[in-house]
Amino acid sequence: MSDSLSFNAVTCARGGRVLFEDLSFAIAPGGAVVVTGPNGVGKSTLIRMAAGLLKPASGNVEGPACALMAEASALDSDRRLGDALRFWATLDDGEDPHGRVARAIEATQLSAIAEVPVRLLSTGQRRRAALARVVASGAPVWLLDEPANGLDDASVRTLETLIAGHRAAGGIVLIATHLPIDVPGAQSILLGEAA
Amino acid sequence: MTALLALVARDLRRAWAGGSVTYTLAFFLLVTILFPFAIGPDAALLARVGGGVIWAAALLAALMPVERLIGPDAESGVLDQFAVRGLSMASVAAAKIAAHWLAFGPPLMLAALVAAGLLDLSGAVLLKVEVGLLIGTPGLAALAVATSALVSGLRGAGAVAGLVMLPLAVPLLIFGAGSIEGGFGAVKLLAAVSLMLLAGAPFVAGAAMRAGMD
Repeated sequence: MSDSLSFNAVTCARGGRVLFEDLSFAIAPGGAVVVTGPNGVGKSTLIRMAAGLLKPASGNVEGPACALMAEASALDSDRRLGDALRFWATLDDGEDPHGRVARAIEATQLSAIAEVPVRLLSTGQRRRAALARVVASGAPVWLLDEPANGLDDASVRTLETLIAGHRAAGGIVLIATHLPIDVPGAQSILLGEAA
Repeated sequence: MTALLALVARDLRRAWAGGSVTYTLAFFLLVTILFPFAIGPDAALLARVGGGVIWAAALLAALMPVERLIGPDAESGVLDQFAVRGLSMASVAAAKIAAHWLAFGPPLMLAALVAAGLLDLSGAVLLKVEVGLLIGTPGLAALAVATSALVSGLRGAGAVAGLVMLPLAVPLLIFGAGSIEGGFGAVKLLAAVSLMLLAGAPFVAGAAMRAGMD
């Protein structure tokens, strides 16, 4: 296991169709990559490959432990937000899961609704909750699939601040987005133009 | 290991809080109540068929929660999160089987006491039914989780689940109901079938869950 997240000549085929071919990049600690491109070019698939949920058709992906924020929030809808987050945090490595969750809730500005059941949250609140799950994980690699979906402007600023903070601490961020997110100094990968 | 225990506790809590346990037991008792209505109030006849009735009702009740065991977790990304944390889907399935049995087996054995009263079963028959359920319900729970993983994401998953699960559960029914009259040999065969389902189901369910992530 290396410190950086790297894609080595990765080819992705879905349903008999090649989405991208021979994609190589590496993200060193503190680095970030923003993947953009039109719908259906394989942005989410790339994130799922980075998470190890999908096998590339060829090539390989390697990197340290990661935290995934995908389309679904993976928080139990009948539980209170804080409890749902603590469930995942206790499964992650590292000390003091409750403290990590408390700080993550604070950082994502969810303190006021930490005791509200997840099913009552709005779309944007749910996205921030999923982000809080990633923040609380303490994993070195953050994989964010459309993290800005459903977020208001202030929340997008919060997201940008959190990403910057994670990178400053030596973390790695891989983002797939079709909305503009300001990630200073990030490598940019545009999928779907070559095809 | 702690992750799997946390998963067992979570599923168990969801099964009780979500009403799944109550629905399953209510359905089980309802089916056992239907038989006296259908057959008539002949106590001797009911006592003779009662053990089999309890087994048939247990099989039907086992179908009730199938749709909710894996499907919602696959949809909400919970399975993805376990995979990202490096847990194999087979071990997740094993934990889900343990949780499902805890929410299904012991409550069903308690409900069987009530059903035995309704069907006028003797103490000796009731004891055999309870022993049979203790041995057979783990296999039934394993089958339910494997079926749930196989049909998750399908439209009309509940209906398909019945078609997949009931034929595979027939050996449990035969040896379970057979153990009431058939003696120890049937109990051993029941245990063998249950063990086989228990050993195979985590891998079947795990592979299905993994395939569902594609």
